Amino acid sequence: MNITRRQIMAAAAASAALPLRRARADAPVLKFGVLTDLSGPYKDIGGPLATDCARLAVADFGAAAKGMTVEVIQADHQNKPDVGAGIARQWFDRDGVDVILDVPNSGVALAIAGVAKEKNKVFLPSNPGTSDLTGKACNANTIHWAYDTWMLAHATGSALVKAGGTSWYFITADYAFGHALQRDTSQFVTSAGGKVVGAAPYPFPGTSDFSSFLLQAQSSGAKVVAFANAGADTINSIKQAKEFGITQTLAGLLVFISDVHSMGLATAEGLVVSSPFYWDLNDRTRAFSDRLWAKAPNVRAGMGQAGDYSAALAYLKVAQAMGVAEAKKDGAATVARMKAMPTDDDCFGKGTIREDGRKLHDAYLFQVKKPSESKKPWDYYTLRATIPASEAFRPLAEGGCPLVKS
Amino acid sequence: MSLGFSRAQATAMVVMVAFIIVGPAVLYPVFLMKVLCLALFACAFNLLPGYVGLLSFGHAAYFGMGSYIAAWTAKYWGLDAEAAIILGGLCGGALGLVFGWLAIRRQGIYFAMITLALAEMVYFFCLEAPFTGGEDGIQQVPRSPLFGIISTQQDMSLYWIIAAIFLGGFLLIHRIIHSPFGQVLQAIRENEPRAISLGYRVDDYKLLAFVLSAALAGVAGAAKSQVFGIATLTDVHSQMSGEVVLMTLIGGIGTVFGPVVGALLFGSLETYLAPFGDWVTVTQGAIFVACVLAFRRGLIGEIGARLKLGL
Repeated sequence: MNITRRQIMAAAAASAALPLRRARADAPVLKFGVLTDLSGPYKDIGGPLATDCARLAVADFGAAAKGMTVEVIQADHQNKPDVGAGIARQWFDRDGVDVILDVPNSGVALAIAGVAKEKNKVFLPSNPGTSDLTGKACNANTIHWAYDTWMLAHATGSALVKAGGTSWYFITADYAFGHALQRDTSQFVTSAGGKVVGAAPYPFPGTSDFSSFLLQAQSSGAKVVAFANAGADTINSIKQAKEFGITQTLAGLLVFISDVHSMGLATAEGLVVSSPFYWDLNDRTRAFSDRLWAKAPNVRAGMGQAGDYSAALAYLKVAQAMGVAEAKKDGAATVARMKAMPTDDDCFGKGTIREDGRKLHDAYLFQVKKPSESKKPWDYYTLRATIPASEAFRPLAEGGCPLVKS
Repeated sequence: MSLGFSRAQATAMVVMVAFIIVGPAVLYPVFLMKVLCLALFACAFNLLPGYVGLLSFGHAAYFGMGSYIAAWTAKYWGLDAEAAIILGGLCGGALGLVFGWLAIRRQGIYFAMITLALAEMVYFFCLEAPFTGGEDGIQQVPRSPLFGIISTQQDMSLYWIIAAIFLGGFLLIHRIIHSPFGQVLQAIRENEPRAISLGYRVDDYKLLAFVLSAALAGVAGAAKSQVFGIATLTDVHSQMSGEVVLMTLIGGIGTVFGPVVGALLFGSLETYLAPFGDWVTVTQGAIFVACVLAFRRGLIGEIGARLKLGL
């Protein structure tokens, strides 16, 4: 029988129009939606590995053995808040999604926090930086996992001053995020007894030549040069700092392990970074990372992706305790139960969730290894300091979260 | 017909209205609202390259400022939906008046570059200005009631309002195109020196068309900010300026219905390809290449040419 190309194309077009609906199972299905960046600058800090982490949490929890049906789906918000909010609404209204995870990009995350509140669902973001999510934009349906800008600025700022980095110079991306990072870090530096000798804001986006800013930093004589920027800008500016032979301590205020991986140790060597998670930190993180490696080889989770695992696991425990049907019905009640239940998982160890929706755990200061010290793939960090959970995050009273009764 | 519809256009109009009415039963209403806002934006944009022959590369500026102004006034002044949207449109129009006054002094590529440069200035203004919230945008804008009484909290009630705004804008554009004023615009597109020699003050016509286009783009942006309750840098970014060109080209530049179809196609790609990551941009690119190669007049333009109809 001869099949013409036209027939094949017609069949393909017809099959695309077939309804994708499946028969509905009797037991209620819990659904995680990983809303992340699958095509843009945050693909490495969230991306497909975020979905793998959520799936690993479902497997480790043993949902099937406990008689719970759990699905994990993903979508790309394309770093557009309207696209992200649109997908979130559709997921909550039509697709039966109960929890949204990950969401790198603060603008998108703030929009989704509003949607989750309106629809009374659960939002557990682990990849947006903004500490507003537990500050003035907090709500009863959101728990901010993993890290935020306050925590990163605080860990790097105060720990480095203690280690002798008493004078600072900032290279700052000239937009709200960069300025917030610089402002917060400066505050910690001065309160720890250090001083800020200057700052060079550069136009954002679109700057790729950092030489004049780096030269200003070099001639300032500051002991620490801090980069208040993120993503490709951080990678570019640190690479160029190496090329200029800057010998001062370099501090990245928002650096992910995937950034270090793409810079290479020869470039990133000596860089000081803060993170609440490192895959090779202890036996539990190594066990988690080995299980993840079996699913997604040749890549290690960063702090945001580890947060997705931890958040999904904590949610599943509460959903089991409440009953799946109850958990699906009332997002705010589920979040309230999560806040009452201490967490414990392989990524962050023991932790708690504060009433403003901040997940608390220890944070760490790391220094990037020399190429000669690295013994295996992704062996990048040396632990320099541990900041206990009680000090790592912004004090409850300072956030201005309306949920907190003073 | 009194609105100046040809028979083919009247048929297409009936199909479009039927789609708007039946659509929310099949597709997600919030998605359709977004498509309607994008469609109004694309129709407003189309007025310039399609009927005056001016290719603007900075229409996101009017769309985005409309969106910011509407979101800000609805959130902080507590304005009703219609007042916020009208203010957004006025803001777009005012910006269009200033930018248009500068840009129409040049033609072709120079005109495009001036509009692009001015739009980039608006983008950086929005990135730095305190009232826009920088890269986080204006968030959690309440959906304020229409005329203070008609609730817009429910998606479906807001849908009919957005549909009415779209149809109003669409009919206005159609009317502009088919009015004596529109005929003069098309004469300018075809042969500007001849229009001048006939005694038309060409610059005034161009400027008025520019202001109308910018104001309607502002209305579209303002409506979108009411739908999602946010106004962000996405709306004012140069990518948005490029996307509206793309929508209009795919649908058919210089056709009344083309931009609507282009917006529907574009919005669908952005939403329904979201689970597949990289494929969104790849598919958009492939469709653009295919359109440029195969249907140079756009989908609607090509159908119209085949059937020898003006759509």
